[in-house]
Amino acid sequence: MAKLTPIAAAIVFVCLVWPGAGHAATDDLAALRAELEALKTDYTSRVQALEARIKQLESAVATATTAPPVYPQPAPVAAPAKGSNAAAFNPAISMILTGNYASLSQDPATYRVAGFIPPPSGEGPGRRSFNLDESELTVASNVDPYFFGNVTAAIQGDNSIDIEEAYFKTIALNNGFTIKGGRFFSATGYLNEIHSHNWDFADQPLVYQVFLGGQLAQDGAQIRWLAPTDYFIELGAEAGSGRSFPGTQRNSNSLASDALFAHLGGDVGDSTSWRLGVSWLDVRSTDRTYDDVDQFGAAVIDAFTGTSRTWIADGTLKWAPHGDPTYHQFKLQGEYMHRTESGQLAFDVTGVTGRNLAGDYNSSQSGWYLQAVYEFVQRWRAGLRYDSMQSGTPRIGLVQLGLLPFAAFPSLASASPERTTIMVDWSLSEFSRLRAQYAWDDARATERDRQLLLQYIFAMGAHGAHKF
Amino acid sequence: MPKYLRSLLALATVSLCVGALPAQAALKVLATTPDWAALVTELGGDKVNVYTATSAFQDVHRVDAKPSLVARARTADLVVATGADLEIGWMPVLLQDSGNTRIQPGSPGYFEAAPLVHLLEVPSAVDRSMGDIHPLGNPHVTLDPHDIATIAKALAARLALIDSANAAYYAARGDDFQKRWQQATVGWEAKAAPLKGVGVVVIHRDQAYLCNWLGLKELASIEPKPGVPPSAGYLAELVTKLAATPPKMILRNAYNDPRAAEWLSQRIHAPVVLLPYSVGGTPEAKDLFGLFDDTIKRLLAALK
Repeated sequence: MAKLTPIAAAIVFVCLVWPGAGHAATDDLAALRAELEALKTDYTSRVQALEARIKQLESAVATATTAPPVYPQPAPVAAPAKGSNAAAFNPAISMILTGNYASLSQDPATYRVAGFIPPPSGEGPGRRSFNLDESELTVASNVDPYFFGNVTAAIQGDNSIDIEEAYFKTIALNNGFTIKGGRFFSATGYLNEIHSHNWDFADQPLVYQVFLGGQLAQDGAQIRWLAPTDYFIELGAEAGSGRSFPGTQRNSNSLASDALFAHLGGDVGDSTSWRLGVSWLDVRSTDRTYDDVDQFGAAVIDAFTGTSRTWIADGTLKWAPHGDPTYHQFKLQGEYMHRTESGQLAFDVTGVTGRNLAGDYNSSQSGWYLQAVYEFVQRWRAGLRYDSMQSGTPRIGLVQLGLLPFAAFPSLASASPERTTIMVDWSLSEFSRLRAQYAWDDARATERDRQLLLQYIFAMGAHGAHKF
Repeated sequence: MPKYLRSLLALATVSLCVGALPAQAALKVLATTPDWAALVTELGGDKVNVYTATSAFQDVHRVDAKPSLVARARTADLVVATGADLEIGWMPVLLQDSGNTRIQPGSPGYFEAAPLVHLLEVPSAVDRSMGDIHPLGNPHVTLDPHDIATIAKALAARLALIDSANAAYYAARGDDFQKRWQQATVGWEAKAAPLKGVGVVVIHRDQAYLCNWLGLKELASIEPKPGVPPSAGYLAELVTKLAATPPKMILRNAYNDPRAAEWLSQRIHAPVVLLPYSVGGTPEAKDLFGLFDDTIKRLLAALK
C-alpha cells in the first residue's frame, strides 16, 4: 500500500499544477477560460494599437530625419510561408555510431570486480579485437502542447536491440515542475543520465558497473522541481518497477525502486560552473541470481533476495576561459556511492551440489571515482581517472551458523579493487570523436588487466542539445 | 517513505504559493547575448531586470547548458534569443528543464530576433560535410543597425505586451531609442563611407551583416568551412590566393583565437583589426551605440 503513494502523489501534483486536470474545478475552469478569452481579445487590440503607433512613428521618423540612404528593409516576417508538408512534423532523428578495437591482457570472459555480487551485465571492458559497439537511434519530438516524447534504442553489435530510454516528459507544467514517465535513465548520480557517446571515457567507472550494472534505467515515473532561485536547486523523486539491476523483474504490483535526488549548482566568476548532488536509491530484488564457484570448485548459481540501498554524492566542476570551451576546457568530476544490501542469500539455487540453503545476508560496501579531462589545444583532450572500491566482508548467515564455509562464496571475499585510466581524444568536429584509452585494471582479485581501447564515435542527424 | 513524500508535498505547496504571488516589480529577462541584453536595457530601463547568458568572449554556438542558466530560465518572464539555430546547442535544454511555460517557443515570453530580419547566406542545400552550417541562414544578425532598429520595434512591442501595466513606458522609451538610433545610424554611415569596397578577410562568417551594411568586400574567411579551424595547408593556400587581391585588413572578433589571423597578417602584410563584435567585447563597446561607434572607429583607424 505504501508503495502506491508515489503514484498518488504524482497525481496530486498534476492536479495541483496543471490547469484543467482537476475535474473537481469545472466551474473554475469555465471562469478561467472566459478570463483567458478576455485577455486574448485585450492583447489583440493592444498589439493592433501598438502596431498602428509604430507605423505612425515610422512615417514620422522618415520625414523628420534627413533622408538616410535607402536601404532594403524587409518587413518583419512572422514565419516563412511554406506549402502544406506532411514531413514538417517529422520528429528529430539522430543516429550515433560507435565501435572500438580492444587489446586486453586478460580474458574478458573471466572479468569480475572482486568482492561484490556481480551485475548480470555492464561489467568489464567488453570483447577483444574489433567490436561494433551500440548504434544509438534517437527519435524525439514534442507530442502536443503538453508532452515531449523521446525514444533511444541501442542496436547492439550482437544484433540485439535495447530500449535505453523511451519516455514522455511534460512541457506544460509551470512553477518549475517536470514529470517524466516511461523508461528513462535515473537522475541519481551525475553520470547515470548521460548517454555513452557523451562519456569522457570509453567505459563507465567501476562503481557504476558494480552498483548500477553500468547505468540504471527506471521503468516508472519521475517528478522534478526546480526552485525559483538564482542558484540552481533541483529536487526530485522517482518510483519504478525495479526491473533493472540492482533490482529484478518481480511478479508484484508494488513499486520496487524508489529514488530521491537533490542538485545544487551555480557559477564562480564567468569561467567556472559547478554542480553538486546527493541521491538515495532504494531497490528491492527477488532471486537476483549470479554465478559463483563453491569451495570445491563446482559452478553454482547463488541468489540474493532483499533490499539494496545506495547513497550517492556527486560533484562536477567545469572551467573554460570566459566560459568559452572552444580552445580550452577543464572538467573535474567525482562520485562516491555507499550501498547496503540486506535480505536473504541462497546458495546453489539449482541444487547441483545438493545443498540448496538460504540464510541472512548483510553487506555494507562503497566505491568512488575521480576524473579530470582537459582540452589542451582545440579539438584535443586528455583525461585521467582513478577508480576505487571497498567491498568489506558481508555477514552471511549460512557461514555464521556454520552451515557453509566462507570459501563457498569466493566472489564475496573482501577486496579493494582499483583501476587507473588515461585517455586522449580528438574531435575533428562537434560530431566526430576518436579516442585512445589505456587502463591498468586491478578489479580482479588475481592479476592486473592492461586494457587498450581505441574508440570511434560519430553522430549523424539532429543536433541534440547536451545537458551540463 | 511517506515522510519524504510529505516534505515534497509541502515543497510543492510552498512553490505554488510563491507562484501565486503578484509578479515582482521588474520584468525578468534572460538574454542570450550581451547585445540583446543591451537592447532590452535601452527599451526597458528600470522596469526590467536583465540576465545575460553569455559574454562577448564566448562563442555563442558553444555554450554549456550550465545549472545557473537553467535556474535563470526557471524565473524568466521573457527570453530574448537570436534564433535561426544559433543557440540550438543549449537553449532547448534550458527551455525544457525550466518548468516555465511563460518562455516556451510560441508564448509571448519567447522572443527571437533573427526571424524578424532578412537573413543572409541562406543555403540552398545543407549537409554536415559543409561544416557548421545554419540551414536557416547566417544567424549573426547584430552588426547591421537597420536590423537592430527593426528588432527594437518588435521587442518594444513585446515588452509592452508582457508587462501591459508599463506599456506606455516601453512605447516612450522605444520611440526615444528609435530617434537616437536613427540619428546615430546616419552618423555611422557618413563616417564609414570610405570603407565602401574595402577588401577584408574574416575568421568565421559572423561579420557578414557588417560587411553587407558598410559595403566591405569579404575576400576570404580564415575558417575553410563554418566552425572548421584552418589547417596549415589551407592557410598557405590563402596566402597565395590573397596575393592577387590583397585585403586591407583582417577582422577578428574579441572571442576569436588571434593566432591564425596574426600568422596570416604577417604573411600578407595586412593589419589584424580587433572588433568588439558584441557589447563588452572592447572597453569602449559599453552599449549598442558604443559597439557601433567603436567598430567603425577601429575599421577607419586600420584604413589609414
